[in-house]
Amino acid sequence: MAELDVREGVDRETIETVAGMGAYKYGWSTEIEMDYAPKGLNEDIVRLISSKNEEPEWLLDWRLAAYRRWVSLEEPHWAMLDYPTIDYQDQYYYATPKSMAVKPKSLDEVDPKLLATYKKLGIPLKEQALLAGVEAPEGERRVAVDAVFDSVSVGTTFKAELAKAGVIFCSISEAVREHPELVRKYLGSVVPPSDNFFATLNSAVFSDGSFVYIPPGTRCPMELSTYFRINAENTGQFERTLIVCDRGAYVSYLEGCTAPKRDTHQLHAAVVEIVILEDAEVKYSTVQNWYPGDENGVGGIYNFVTKRADCREARAKVMWTQVETGSAITWKYPSCILRGDDSQGEFYSIAIANNAQQADTGTKMVHLGKRTKSRIVSKGISAGRAQNTYRGLVSMHPKAADSRNYTQCDSLLIGDKCGAHTVPYIEVKNTTSRVEHEATTSKVDEDQLFYCRSRGMDEEEAVALVVNGFCREVLQALPMEFAMEAQNLVAISLEGSVG
Amino acid sequence: MGLIAPKAEALAARLGALTAPKGLDAARARALDRVQAMGLPHRRDEYWRYTDPASLVAPTAIRAEVFDPQDEAAAFDGIDRLTVTFVDGVFAPDLSDDLTLSGVEISRLGAAPDWAETAYGALESLGQSPVARPLAALNTAFATDGLLIRVTGQAARPINLVYAHKSETSDAILHHTIQVDEGCELTLLESGAGAARFNQVLEVELAPRARFHHIRAQGRDHQRRNVTHVFARLGAEALFKSFTLTANGLLTRNEAVITFAGDNARAHIAGAAMGDGAFHHDDTVFITHGAVACESRQVFKKVLKHGAVGVFQGKILVKNGAQKTDGYQISQSLLLDEDSQFLCKPELEIYADDVKCSHGSTSGAIDDTALYYLRSRGVPKRRAQSLLILAFLAEAIQEIADEAIAADIGARLEAWLDRHED
Repeated sequence: MAELDVREGVDRETIETVAGMGAYKYGWSTEIEMDYAPKGLNEDIVRLISSKNEEPEWLLDWRLAAYRRWVSLEEPHWAMLDYPTIDYQDQYYYATPKSMAVKPKSLDEVDPKLLATYKKLGIPLKEQALLAGVEAPEGERRVAVDAVFDSVSVGTTFKAELAKAGVIFCSISEAVREHPELVRKYLGSVVPPSDNFFATLNSAVFSDGSFVYIPPGTRCPMELSTYFRINAENTGQFERTLIVCDRGAYVSYLEGCTAPKRDTHQLHAAVVEIVILEDAEVKYSTVQNWYPGDENGVGGIYNFVTKRADCREARAKVMWTQVETGSAITWKYPSCILRGDDSQGEFYSIAIANNAQQADTGTKMVHLGKRTKSRIVSKGISAGRAQNTYRGLVSMHPKAADSRNYTQCDSLLIGDKCGAHTVPYIEVKNTTSRVEHEATTSKVDEDQLFYCRSRGMDEEEAVALVVNGFCREVLQALPMEFAMEAQNLVAISLEGSVG
Repeated sequence: MGLIAPKAEALAARLGALTAPKGLDAARARALDRVQAMGLPHRRDEYWRYTDPASLVAPTAIRAEVFDPQDEAAAFDGIDRLTVTFVDGVFAPDLSDDLTLSGVEISRLGAAPDWAETAYGALESLGQSPVARPLAALNTAFATDGLLIRVTGQAARPINLVYAHKSETSDAILHHTIQVDEGCELTLLESGAGAARFNQVLEVELAPRARFHHIRAQGRDHQRRNVTHVFARLGAEALFKSFTLTANGLLTRNEAVITFAGDNARAHIAGAAMGDGAFHHDDTVFITHGAVACESRQVFKKVLKHGAVGVFQGKILVKNGAQKTDGYQISQSLLLDEDSQFLCKPELEIYADDVKCSHGSTSGAIDDTALYYLRSRGVPKRRAQSLLILAFLAEAIQEIADEAIAADIGARLEAWLDRHED
């Protein structure tokens, strides 16, 4: 690798990653004894999930109401996605490692196999080690992690330290027990159980997920993170995340996800709700790296996610950043309801679809308050036989005077068998607002490739470099460690797309 | 698959009010089959998300007052042209020139030449996929009149189709099918409101290197309802240019369906729409690039005030293999007061990698800085506003190749702005 050093201006990390590129890195599974609920979905399963989580009566009723509604709904098919009919009765809706039957009181009691799984994924759950500086170099930011394994939360780190600041960070099932008043007040207030087919399904069967509450005027002392791992076969993951950021508070939240390689499709239907009050700010970053299936489209996760942030009061601010590289099917539109006057929403997205992957993703910016601002930057990359669609809505309501939106969506095509599509909806119902939308579609610039190749890079390296440049605006919006990971992922996801 | 009950009922009600005229029977029968399979559009259809088609599909037309243009000259008055007039959808020989023009064969639907037996409804039928356009198929099945035009040389003069609106309850369906042979050229002018409710289809088949210019001034009748479809298919190196001016009108839905079938062809489609008060204007465009190195350009501008609504749905579909495509699309609106709305859905669907496609959309009020600049140079406020609006519309008007016609359209725009200064 010594000759790499001489190339000026080239990110060595990128090249090393490209050079050492393997296939999907997280495709192994953990052999662990699991407890499954019986296959299929009915009211008894909903009751079972609720009782496993020791939930109060009101939550069970809430779930059952959602289930009864879901039965009457039809799966939506407006997205540019083509996949075989999903048999909702051929799935496990609840799977938990046997060792979690008796809830461990601390991370020390957690099954070492589970901890090893996360260690292998590169997710540090051992906060002691981190605190001692063994694994983390001096000065590196610390991140509190809630690790979700199939249907249950395995453990949450740094709880004590967060509690000192008044921050609540725990699994949602724990929050239901420990902080019922908060959960009851906010759960379903952003994404109601009636919202859409997949959100309704999630409301009925969500098993775990994270809960965050940041008290007024508090800057969360560290970044919070949830790591989702699907391990069991034929098991859907339905996590629910609820973040409440009280007045004047701030939190940066990271989400990562992986799953083993399997040749059957697995369902993932999550809901993320964020409530942001006056002057508060939430940054939500996702690196979605579910197993995408093999190059022939065998296997992979079906990812149907509803994410929404409600800027409920004045000057609330939310920033969504997503790097979507995984999943066979992605159906995901993180949205911002800009209700409070002067509230702001931002959406930065990189969506990469390679081989047989299909992604239909974008955002909704609903401007309700005066002087609200939103910004959308979407970069879609298609390679192989993949289809990649940006779908978005910008809506300026009559009362949203003096609001602004700027949208830019760019698509890059690598190869002539893939597709890149843009479906924006723009609705302007007042005059004082300004809306701008731009979209471009192009292929990897020949001149740039030629330049890189003339400097001795091979074609794959060159493409990875050009693509990283194409994504730069979004990568810059990510927290630093995430940006590095995302940059590497971009290169890995495009593996095999050239030539 | 059968239609759901409400759609079947709406269709039965509409069909009950119609009878198909004689001639072109096979093509009309096939079109009726299409309508019966599709049903009529409904507000809940995605393609009608922003425009309620209820008044367009109702069994009868809603009354529309006949508009008095006062001293404004008829559109294209100063242009040397062949005029063909339809009054409330009925051919008016006394208001028309002889249907003879050097380089062109013109006949009416009732006396169709052989080529028209297969051409009539052919492009409309192709245009039904991937999006259904039932009102166009309904038109093919039941059009009461229209022209079949075959261009076999260089047309000596433009043809001007004049659509007069005289009866307050008229409900007209007209269908024109045009075939421009290899290397030939035609300019088609259209003007007038047509009827209280007017459903019109224009099919244009362009052979290689054929050229077609289309300039349309839709009538100023405030209460009229129009639904129009232009279906065009371009052979290699063909040129298609279309411009539409819409001022007033309760409801206008202008659809354009353009397909590139030969390489190196060009299609430009533009529109300028101005509405004050009860005005709903919808431009819906679908361009399919199915050949190599074709260029498409869409330029749509809208000026909206006092509750006027502007809609733009534009799609560029680039098929696999349509390399070197150059697709450009811009839709902009100027909202002059609080109540107006602009609803827009610009789409790209691309399956080829060596393409250059872009779309842009903006919406906003008149730029205060520009206004201030003009006023500081002594231009009165209203005049300054008009100047800025004209500048905003200029990009669309520039799409008209003929200078005299562009000047006629420009003068109409200016006159409209003068009348609607408040």
